[in-house]
Amino acid sequence: MDKELLRIDDLVVRYVVDQEVVKAVNGVTLGIREGRTLCLVGETGAGKTTTALSIMGLVPTPPGKIAQGRVLYRGENLLEKSDREMRRIRGREIAMIFQDPMTSLNPVLTVGDQIAEVIQIHNKLSKKDATVRAKQMLELVGIPGDRYDEYPHQFSGGMKQRVMIAIALACKPRLLIADEPTTALDVTIQAQVLELIKSLKDELNTAMLLITHDLGVVAEVGNDVAIMYAGEIVESGTVEDVFERMAHPYTRGLFSCVPDMDAETDRLPTIPGLVPDPSNLPNGCKFHPRCPVKTSECEQRNPGAVELSAGHFVKCVRYQHR
Amino acid sequence: MRDATVVAAVRTRRETPMRQIWRRLKRNKMAMSGLIILIVLILSAVSAPWIIPYDYAEQDYDARLLFPDKEHWFGTDNFGRDIFSRVVYGSRYTLFIGVVCTSIAALIGSLLGLLAAFYAKLDNVVMRTVDILIGIPPMCLCVSIIAALGSSVKNMMIALCVTSVPAFARIMRAQVLTVKEQEFIEAARSIGASDLRIMLKHILPNSLAPIIVQFTLGMVTVILMSASLSFIGMGVQPPAPEWGLLIATGRAYLRDYWHMSILPGLAIVVTTFALNLLGDGLRDALDPRLK
Repeated sequence: MDKELLRIDDLVVRYVVDQEVVKAVNGVTLGIREGRTLCLVGETGAGKTTTALSIMGLVPTPPGKIAQGRVLYRGENLLEKSDREMRRIRGREIAMIFQDPMTSLNPVLTVGDQIAEVIQIHNKLSKKDATVRAKQMLELVGIPGDRYDEYPHQFSGGMKQRVMIAIALACKPRLLIADEPTTALDVTIQAQVLELIKSLKDELNTAMLLITHDLGVVAEVGNDVAIMYAGEIVESGTVEDVFERMAHPYTRGLFSCVPDMDAETDRLPTIPGLVPDPSNLPNGCKFHPRCPVKTSECEQRNPGAVELSAGHFVKCVRYQHR
Repeated sequence: MRDATVVAAVRTRRETPMRQIWRRLKRNKMAMSGLIILIVLILSAVSAPWIIPYDYAEQDYDARLLFPDKEHWFGTDNFGRDIFSRVVYGSRYTLFIGVVCTSIAALIGSLLGLLAAFYAKLDNVVMRTVDILIGIPPMCLCVSIIAALGSSVKNMMIALCVTSVPAFARIMRAQVLTVKEQEFIEAARSIGASDLRIMLKHILPNSLAPIIVQFTLGMVTVILMSASLSFIGMGVQPPAPEWGLLIATGRAYLRDYWHMSILPGLAIVVTTFALNLLGDGLRDALDPRLK
């Protein structure tokens, strides 16, 4: 069994904005093992990005507040580390790729300099050596090394994302957090970028937390998957467990929404209702207002996670009484 | 991918943001004429001691109060001094005071604005002080400072710096507040960059555009105010041929020998006009929306 690299225990993150409390993350527990990819799936507003930022220590703390929980990286609680210690971890041990490549690069620096920057922050290398390594990283992501001196605006969206990948992997981190890395790209480029991420991460044996709302991406790249709804993990397990033996009604709903090319349909199925407002969450199970199989118990209490089989957890009242 | 490398090879020089801006500025004829005038001005100021036909302090009692002619292009004043030489030599004061005061104000103001935008605790203190300074009419502020410190060029420059700092502080703060929220700053944090590195390497270069524009326009204010202050005797002292002083000396002869005041005045007009044209052109060239 691979060692567990990252473990999030009962994380609760709130944002306080103008007297209103936004409950972004409500008791998230998940684990990522070395070299494996965990896909965090959920709709917009489920709290996926906040979870990722909490790992990096980048939740803006005036409005945001980590109310409870631990983020254990190699046994150490990242939430207790000082800013200085976190800066040594960011980029070197844990790296992040952001969603929109168009705005994630500094427009007035060359792409090569931006890759060299992360190398220079974490290694005592001369500018020349850092440049050489940066060119190597460019080649690794499929961009000719002599484009080192070009500026972000001279690259297409897909290539900018590759540059981001180069920056993230330049110091060979143990954990890569990819926040919807392909959402902003068109489908053919998506496939290329995913393929690139997959091969690089296999080569470097990097673990990955891949945030996405696309189940197809999960099937392509994921080893494990966690389904997130209203700040909670409602189902988690290996991709095989969740895809073949899905348990939670929300998971079932998500899968039924995937259009089937062969079926003759007039209307696509949906999950009725809307994702709840995080500043005004329903009582009991957060999914119950939209659940097709809810019971009276669902409104009253929020069920804890139940282990259906090894590693396959689900948070649903219907599985509580086994 | 092949095509991109071909195109990149054709444009052999690096397509830096500066080259882009320069190309856009070149297209603006007005801005370029402003730039040319300024270059001529700078060159003549630097080479003044060697190019002026007469010594600027040399008095010639046989050639007093002459109108512009072949010998004296701008005529002579009541002491027989050649006005053209005095105006050209005087440009040294104008440029020196303009550049030095504006540069120091830009440095201090930008630093204050940057720190105020970054650290909320400083923000209130800095910006309220700036608000107070802006609320006082600039001439009154300068006159008060010079009255307190004494009439000299040095003190006038201090006063002019103080009046110019607030604009830079405000502009820098506004820019930093915007740039700070952009995603590449969060990306920089995510690779472990310290606050200092983010401020100097990421935020500052992206905030310079309006500062550059303010520099040219701020120089205009400094030049006009230094001329006014010298005019009322609170800045450069006679017999220095500072343009404001030249206008002041010509006042008594304004009715019959208007060239004594008007021609230095024209020099001020041309300089500030050129600076304004350049500043407007820079503002357009640096506007990211027109990319």
